Amino acid sequence: MGMLLGGGLFASALSFFYPVLRYLVPPRLTDMGGDTVVAGKVGELRPNSGKIFRFGSRPGLLMLGSDGQYRALSATCTHLSCTVQYRGDLRQVWCACHNGMYDLAGRNLSGPPPRPLEQYDVHVRGDEIIVSRRREA
Amino acid sequence: MWRNRSLGAIFVLIITVALAQAQQPNSCVDCHSALEGELHVTQEQFAQDIHAQKGLTCASCHGGDPSKTDDSAMSKAAGFKGKIERAGVPKLCGSCHSDPAFMRQYNPSLRTDQFSQYQTSIHGKRQAAGDTKVAVCTDCHGVHDLRPASDTRSKVHPLNIATTCSRCHADAEYMATYKIPTNQFADYKTSVHHEALVERGDLSAPTCTTCHGNHGATPPGVGSVANVCSTCHVFQAQLFEASPHKAAFASAGLPGCVTCHSNHGISKPSDAMLGTSAHSVCTNCHTQGDAGYKAAGDMQQQISGLETSIVRSDRILSQAESSGMEVSQPRLELDQARDALTKARVTVHTFAAHPVRADVDSGLKITTKTYGEGEGALRERDYRRTGLGMSLVAIVFVVVALRLYIKEIEKNQ
Amino acid sequence: MAPLARVRNWLDERFGWDELLAPLRHKTVPIHRYSYWYFLGGITLFLFGVQVCTGILLLLYYRPSANEAFESVQYLMTQVKFGWLVRSVHSWAANLMILTAFLHMFSVVFLRAYRKPRELTWVSGMLLLFLAMGFGFSGYLLPWNTLAFFATKVGTDIAGQVPFVGHRTMIFLRGGEEVTGATLSRFFGFHVAVLPGLTTLLVGVHLLLIQRFGISVPARIEPEWRELPQEKREMRFFPSFLLRELMAWYIALGVLGALAAFSPWGLGTKADPFAPAPAGIKPEWYFLFMFQTLKLIPAKLGLLDGEVVGILTFSLAGLIWLLVPFLDGTKRTQRLVTGAAMFVVAYMGMMTAYGYVAK
Repeated sequence: MGMLLGGGLFASALSFFYPVLRYLVPPRLTDMGGDTVVAGKVGELRPNSGKIFRFGSRPGLLMLGSDGQYRALSATCTHLSCTVQYRGDLRQVWCACHNGMYDLAGRNLSGPPPRPLEQYDVHVRGDEIIVSRRREA
Repeated sequence: MWRNRSLGAIFVLIITVALAQAQQPNSCVDCHSALEGELHVTQEQFAQDIHAQKGLTCASCHGGDPSKTDDSAMSKAAGFKGKIERAGVPKLCGSCHSDPAFMRQYNPSLRTDQFSQYQTSIHGKRQAAGDTKVAVCTDCHGVHDLRPASDTRSKVHPLNIATTCSRCHADAEYMATYKIPTNQFADYKTSVHHEALVERGDLSAPTCTTCHGNHGATPPGVGSVANVCSTCHVFQAQLFEASPHKAAFASAGLPGCVTCHSNHGISKPSDAMLGTSAHSVCTNCHTQGDAGYKAAGDMQQQISGLETSIVRSDRILSQAESSGMEVSQPRLELDQARDALTKARVTVHTFAAHPVRADVDSGLKITTKTYGEGEGALRERDYRRTGLGMSLVAIVFVVVALRLYIKEIEKNQ
Repeated sequence: MAPLARVRNWLDERFGWDELLAPLRHKTVPIHRYSYWYFLGGITLFLFGVQVCTGILLLLYYRPSANEAFESVQYLMTQVKFGWLVRSVHSWAANLMILTAFLHMFSVVFLRAYRKPRELTWVSGMLLLFLAMGFGFSGYLLPWNTLAFFATKVGTDIAGQVPFVGHRTMIFLRGGEEVTGATLSRFFGFHVAVLPGLTTLLVGVHLLLIQRFGISVPARIEPEWRELPQEKREMRFFPSFLLRELMAWYIALGVLGALAAFSPWGLGTKADPFAPAPAGIKPEWYFLFMFQTLKLIPAKLGLLDGEVVGILTFSLAGLIWLLVPFLDGTKRTQRLVTGAAMFVVAYMGMMTAYGYVAK
């Protein structure tokens, strides 16, 4: 009887502690970001180019201008929510869906977009490029 | 920035107060505020007028001498012009507004071509031919409480333009002699442009003047329709220009974009417009057996295929989500497929099945992936349930064993 | 068993282990037709233990700031192995704990177990229930999702309606005029430090009092046993009752696991303080009866503010409830208390149901 009970207790304890031990192992991906996210590494972008990064549940656009300045915008077009891209030849942000154009500060220049893109702050910390949402002060 | 703005505001205030104090006694409004009907003008009303704010007075347009309090104020000797006849309005306004040197004193960036534009408009031409029913400056801009177009209360603010035009153009009785339709405003109100402007508050969305011009208002000719639409819808216009429809429409005398999308009542385009069904606009010209008929059906099939697979992906992700799985990454990817769908809908304006297929295929590649990720999430859910099942077995086992154990030790007591 | 016995001997030699455990050995539990209710307190205690364990595990990944709270929970749910399980068990056990605590309380009321000399046991238990609700209220905000954000806004707003001290209470709770990151820091502090400390202390007192007075025989059983002493039956707390309790705990664990696997706790969307409140904001179910009542009271009752009247009535009712053992003297007041308790159960049930159905 004791053996039976002991075995059961052991098995159930195993089923409790296995998840807990797995839980304690830190996952490989160490961060989900927040209002701040590492958008890329220094040197990853050539001047006059851009890349899309994940910012929370939406895409963001990180650009390195030909002036060596990093800029970041929301990458969701304000027209029909397509993902915008940086156009090196035009030095502008472009939405491929309906030819919407924004300048590097996110202002809608031409085409259908009704509103500017949200601007993010960019800081370089070490070799990481940190993008953060602007806080209402 | 804030400091500058508030300094500016204070400056404007001082000027306004100074102007008010410097104002001469004005015998015009003394009488006219007491008069009835169209002769009724009050100081409060006129104070709202941009001209009054810039220091102009009644006499600037009507002549006369406001400092006199007797009939001599309205004498010929004082230059009194009285009521400005409709026929004279454009010219009177133009006497200042067409003079760049004069206008520069008030608003250096204001255009001064309104009058010459007006002369090229249907309104202006008919007016020159002696028609007094057509619109003159004051019909659209108002009079005595005329506000700049940027003021939301202005009759020519983007939100109010359509209503302003409709005051004449939707009045069947008034328009009877011109033999043109009067349903444009009613149509426009059902259009996607009206929705964008009024409901979504996008002030850059088109209203009457965006396509017809304002001072030079004229209907765009058949040939220029595509150009007018292309100011915003660049891609569609480019694709249309290169498409077989360009020449075909031109030779049939069909007005470009308007042929399929109509003019004032442009509704939000739907996939049903494509293909060979009863709602399709393609079948207006194409009949079974011709190449266009086949392309229309093909494009429709492609696009609805992508849409279906997006919905399918979305459904499996929602299912995974509702059983507690986190699928924000595939959801983010699925947005790319939606991009592809939007692009394909633009590519339709090539009126060829092949380019549409390219867009659709890039979307399908993504939906295949996201669907797989949805399935993976559901497998993970099942794995959790299996794990739970195993631990439940252990738990039930312990409970039963405990029960037996209790029985055993209590039997001994 | 020999090594175990040796350890026991070693401990006994130094601490007087057997003497310490003697009261437990002599402790008995009455057996009668209401005995089942005795398990509820134990299950509540067990669930509290589950909360402490899973809470500590959550602390390993949670970040208490408005910027990161939501993302850290999202991270925990998606990236950390079994993170979903730990969080779901924490959330479900919290709700079950409040449920069993309420059931425990009502069983004590209907069996009149709070009778002399157990008045203070009742008071400590009631305070524990209030603390549990405080746990629920403060913990609800921590994932910083839209629903929690607005529920906290409404909840603290209601606290702010209390005359004289209300506004200050609200400022104290929110850490400012509005619900912000400062509120989150505070609620986190309450949830993981202040409340657990107080609760542990009170649980100690509660258990000590139970140990001191023994387990109450229901008021209805007591005279039966006095008349027919041969009917009186008891079981030993250790091991008979404890083993049965253990069974109950195992079943509770199974239920928790099943709930977590089949209905994992959702996360919702990240709170946006500038977004308009979504429609249909509702608090957790155990606050719903109060919330719904406050909604039903007209804005003005004569000269008084309807909401204030509602809040004061609930506060007064809570106070009276806390002091029930001291009011329960004569046969008439006994009947009154039982009647009132039945009314309270019916009222809470109906209002909660109504709150769920109402838009």
